[in-house]
Amino acid sequence: MADAISPEIFQHLVGLAALELDAGEAEYLRRELNSQLKSIRELEAIDLDPATPIASHGVPYTPEISQLPREDRAHSSGLADDILAQVPETEGRFIVVPDIPHTDLE
Amino acid sequence: MNRGLCDLSAVEIAERVRQGDLRAVDVLDSALDRIRQVDGRPGTTTAGQALADDEITVHAFITLTPDRARQQAEAIDRQVAAGADPGPLAGVPLAVKDIFCVRGTRSTAGSRILEPFVSPYTATPVERLEAAGAVTVGKVNLDEFTFGSSNESTAFQPAPRNPWDPACVPGGSSGGSAAAVAAGEAVLSLGTDTAGSIRQPAAFCGVVGLKPTYGRVSRYGLIAFASSLDCPGPVARSVADAARMLQVCAGVDPRDATSARVPVPDYSQELARDVRGLRIGLSPDYFRLKYPDPASGVLAEQAIHPEVEAAVMRAAELLARQGAEIVEGVPMPNTHFGIPAYFVVSRVEAASNLHRYDGVKYGRRARGDLPDVQTLYRRTRGGAFGLQPKLRILMGMYVSAEQYEKDYYQRALQVRTMIRRDFEQVFDPAGDYRLNCLLTATTPTTAFEMNAVYGDSVLMQYADLLTVAADHAGIPGISVPAGLDARRRPIGIQLLGPDFSEGMVLRVAQAFEQATADDPWRLVRPKVLG
Repeated sequence: MADAISPEIFQHLVGLAALELDAGEAEYLRRELNSQLKSIRELEAIDLDPATPIASHGVPYTPEISQLPREDRAHSSGLADDILAQVPETEGRFIVVPDIPHTDLE
Repeated sequence: MNRGLCDLSAVEIAERVRQGDLRAVDVLDSALDRIRQVDGRPGTTTAGQALADDEITVHAFITLTPDRARQQAEAIDRQVAAGADPGPLAGVPLAVKDIFCVRGTRSTAGSRILEPFVSPYTATPVERLEAAGAVTVGKVNLDEFTFGSSNESTAFQPAPRNPWDPACVPGGSSGGSAAAVAAGEAVLSLGTDTAGSIRQPAAFCGVVGLKPTYGRVSRYGLIAFASSLDCPGPVARSVADAARMLQVCAGVDPRDATSARVPVPDYSQELARDVRGLRIGLSPDYFRLKYPDPASGVLAEQAIHPEVEAAVMRAAELLARQGAEIVEGVPMPNTHFGIPAYFVVSRVEAASNLHRYDGVKYGRRARGDLPDVQTLYRRTRGGAFGLQPKLRILMGMYVSAEQYEKDYYQRALQVRTMIRRDFEQVFDPAGDYRLNCLLTATTPTTAFEMNAVYGDSVLMQYADLLTVAADHAGIPGISVPAGLDARRRPIGIQLLGPDFSEGMVLRVAQAFEQATADDPWRLVRPKVLG
């Protein structure tokens, strides 16, 4: 059976994932993806009632145990300098990035 | 190797420190001595060639924080001297899995991409543990972003080894946590469980590991993998120690909206009760499993290892003798869909969570000629993520793509409902089984050798076959040591209970612990302790 994830589909995924890969990595990753998909296909064989609801959490969050929404009010963490200190490249208090491809409007 | 203060239980250390009978700084020195004796070189991204000594040492830690720890310990001793109570974990050495942020310390997630990251804030469970007197000795190794079941995928090598047999893996992803606690380098460790990452390494390293109910412990400050599954929880050497640690960590946190408004019971009172009348289930679906054959990849049914099975059956017998009622033949038919569903759900969430690492805001950034921001993203992520994060991001992209989403992601979430219903039905007080908990093996085998599975991402994931269903369902589970196999590798058994039943699960685990207190294997120490 042909691989579900062909080299073309794989390249598309790599673009979406914003990754740059060398040839050896790409070969390993595509092989493992196809091998994982074989395991995932087991899900297709399940006799599943289409009306089965999805579970996005295991524990049902009933109103009794859920937190109430917070008041929508801004407050400072007081950590701006510590957070900026983690930025790889800054100029003053600006974060520096290379050119962001853009088109100038007339 | 001589026994030290670091080999005492957390409960004993805390009570003696509170009474002024023991100094927190002496306990800390004992743990730091043990680390010097057994840990070898710490994990780094520049380890180079393996050294001969690497194969006989534990390598649990990435970062040691002895100065910060000493300040904490001295402050505790001063509090005691002044007549104040430093809290229920006074002076207890703690190792924090390096997936939790601790202010002012490096928080790497085992990845090159976060290697330079120094956290500006502290995770809620760590904050609570330290406020209760725990002394953080350092940050322990893990699979990169927790993606693995052997700890071998960390970017910080040498990877941790199993203190019982350093030729073996400690399990993962909380491998450094389980190894450090087993070897006495820490008395407690804070780990995380997404598919079994607390319970599986606990089983492999002969320690207690508790995955609480999703929502029991705040995830604030936990570097996210799969947000609907990630659970922080204790790794300890005894059930009572795990209970005390959970007592401190548990409870609602306004900074994590998924932390539940459910009161935290007094777990020590739960532990004082016996197991008479509790209904404990055994399910054939946890003894015979569907596994992919390593060579062909074809799914075949296999039994769990006979020595592991014997340990579960003996536990059932011992609990029955104490008055529990054992219910056999409990059907859990969707258990074996846990891994394929996990392959989908966790990958979609991981891909989403890992998009924040872009070389702009924090962590590592690619250098050199970067003509535009897209090149910066691609080169940073390509160069600084290891193979496992890349694999998970790509799979997450694929199964959530518009044309496949219905067949894969939606279906996996429906299967998650089926897995949850298996548990709801057997725990239903008005149902056919009316179980208080399920008793299973934690892992199908004991610890495997280094390099035996690593690289085969499918086989590695199947190491979580018996643990992942609880993560899908959100329910609590505990792994407790249940003996050693013929090769002297620890065997773990697992107890699973309904939502927020940690107290009952701990109670059953402790009953088993007490029933086996005089077993000869309890006197055997991990090989690295000589």
